[in-house]
Amino acid sequence: MVLYVLKRVLQAAGVMLFVAFISFVLFNYVGDPVNNMVGQEATIEDREALRERLGLNDPVVVQFSRFVAHALEGHFGISYRLQRPVKDLIAERLPATLELVFSSAILALALGIPLGIYTGLHRDTWLSRLILSSSLAGVSLPTFVIGILLIYVFSVSLNLLPSYGRGEVVQITGSWSTGFLTVSGWKAIILPSITLCLYQLTLILRIVRAEMMEVLLTDYIKFARARGLTDRAINFGHALKNTLVPVITVTGLQIGSLIAFSIITETVFQWPGMGFLFIQAVHFADVPIMAAYMVLVALFFVIINLIVDLLYFVVDPRLRIERTVTIG
Amino acid sequence: MTINRTSGRKGGFGHWVRQVADHDVFYSFTRSPVTMLAAFTTFVIVFASIFAPWLTPHDPFNPASLDLMEAFTPPVWLEDGTWKYPLGTDDQGRDILSTIMFGNRISLIVGFFAVLLSMLIGITLGTVSGYVGGWFDVVTMRLADAQLTVPPILIALLVDGVARTTLPRELQEEMAIYVLIFSIGIAAWPQYARVTRSGAMVERNKEYIAAARIIGIHPVRIMLGHIVPNVMGPTLVMATIGVALAIIIEATLSFLGVGVPPTTPSLGTLIRIGNDFLFSGEWWITIFPAVALVVLVLSVNLIGDWLRDTFNPKLR
Repeated sequence: MVLYVLKRVLQAAGVMLFVAFISFVLFNYVGDPVNNMVGQEATIEDREALRERLGLNDPVVVQFSRFVAHALEGHFGISYRLQRPVKDLIAERLPATLELVFSSAILALALGIPLGIYTGLHRDTWLSRLILSSSLAGVSLPTFVIGILLIYVFSVSLNLLPSYGRGEVVQITGSWSTGFLTVSGWKAIILPSITLCLYQLTLILRIVRAEMMEVLLTDYIKFARARGLTDRAINFGHALKNTLVPVITVTGLQIGSLIAFSIITETVFQWPGMGFLFIQAVHFADVPIMAAYMVLVALFFVIINLIVDLLYFVVDPRLRIERTVTIG
Repeated sequence: MTINRTSGRKGGFGHWVRQVADHDVFYSFTRSPVTMLAAFTTFVIVFASIFAPWLTPHDPFNPASLDLMEAFTPPVWLEDGTWKYPLGTDDQGRDILSTIMFGNRISLIVGFFAVLLSMLIGITLGTVSGYVGGWFDVVTMRLADAQLTVPPILIALLVDGVARTTLPRELQEEMAIYVLIFSIGIAAWPQYARVTRSGAMVERNKEYIAAARIIGIHPVRIMLGHIVPNVMGPTLVMATIGVALAIIIEATLSFLGVGVPPTTPSLGTLIRIGNDFLFSGEWWITIFPAVALVVLVLSVNLIGDWLRDTFNPKLR
């Protein structure tokens, strides 16, 4: 058990080091950092002095370990374009992205599970067919097209919901702001979270449907029917419970892709989150922000995968036995 | 012996037609009207984009032929629309129908070559991993596993972002298409590598490979001549769906403004340009390219699904 956990943690650390190295290379060798910091009239001696002061003349290994040490403390330098510490910029933008991802995940679960149950139980009704074929269309539509269509229908034509921004936000502590406390905040999050959740919604719907159909064929469900239990008790008490484990795993893993896809949604709706910040950084070659974002996203993915891996271990006792046998 | 030359002789055109018509794949094709429609649509789109320079009613990239007075012309069925511009014009007076045809062209080129690059990387690494094994296999598959946990679109975005910043500014526009092909190609290789690897591991233990090895054929030739042709099949089916995915990624990156520049717009770039005019009521500038993109992706996806179901029903 300890060995398994240790191995996973070491792997995760390895991936993080790899990503950190890439962003370090990007940070140090793309463009000249000194050029980006000094003015036009700086002399060669000034540049050399700055170079020395920034430690750019040290061996690469020293520079890299310093980069990692700084990254661990959350320091990624100063944004070239905005002239502010990257740490602050990201801290400002993080709540917006997390709120968006959170509400999309809730929406995807709240709609995906019931729809999946319905289509799994009533396979041949016209409503199921409609749900399934529209979910296919949902996969084929790129995220940004869905966003544009929603904006066109609800913001431009019907003029019901805002098409950009977060609405009014309330500062809770320090840099953490929330849009959940104002009416305009709630209105603003509706369209982006629908846009972001559609793909995950389809995925959850399909998994729940497939699992339900599979479970309903098993012997213990037949036995439950033979015992004369009500449909409700069978469908929800027996069948649904057994479908939830894979659903939880997939949802967990999908939180990572929600963060990835939030780049697109945030750009469409000009949602002031990290993804939007990253895209702007790419436009202006703002390397410190790009490097920090890459490390942060990699960290999210590694942590999520680590948790899911460890959850498997908790949920499935067979894994444990196999490990001890191979080790011992 | 001059009986019915065309159909009697083996290899003649008639023979070929009959062979295709009798094949069960063709049968399954004729039984699926949706696939036939999708194939027809794809054919029309591909045809129109190959011959776009000759087929388009206007040349949207020649500034001399543009007339700013005709900017924002609505589609023909609306008031003020003319048959000169069936789908209307954009802010610079470019004909939307023509820009869509050229946009399809860029999207298809990027999609096709990106998948080709993914296949090249994936099949090479997969074959070597499966056939040679050892530490190479371990490293490659670890890398593939790690990459598969991250959505391809994010990989493509990051690679694209990094590649753009490394290029000097004046080269960025020219190189944009190559950067895109490279980043999308890099993003999708693991699937191909996995499939080829498992295929290669099965083939490796077959007798004909042992025979080839005994007579002393060089391992590279064994891989290229024997393994690759035998494990290519499933990757070709995957590649069709891969093209649809690559087109989506390309459109998304271009929409985000880190893809193809507006001077040679792809569908994504067109949607991005039009998006600015959505609020002032000129919806056609963005909606028509969006519809074109969806139709293209949906058709290619449907063909891919059908291919998968026909050639490999187990994957369903």
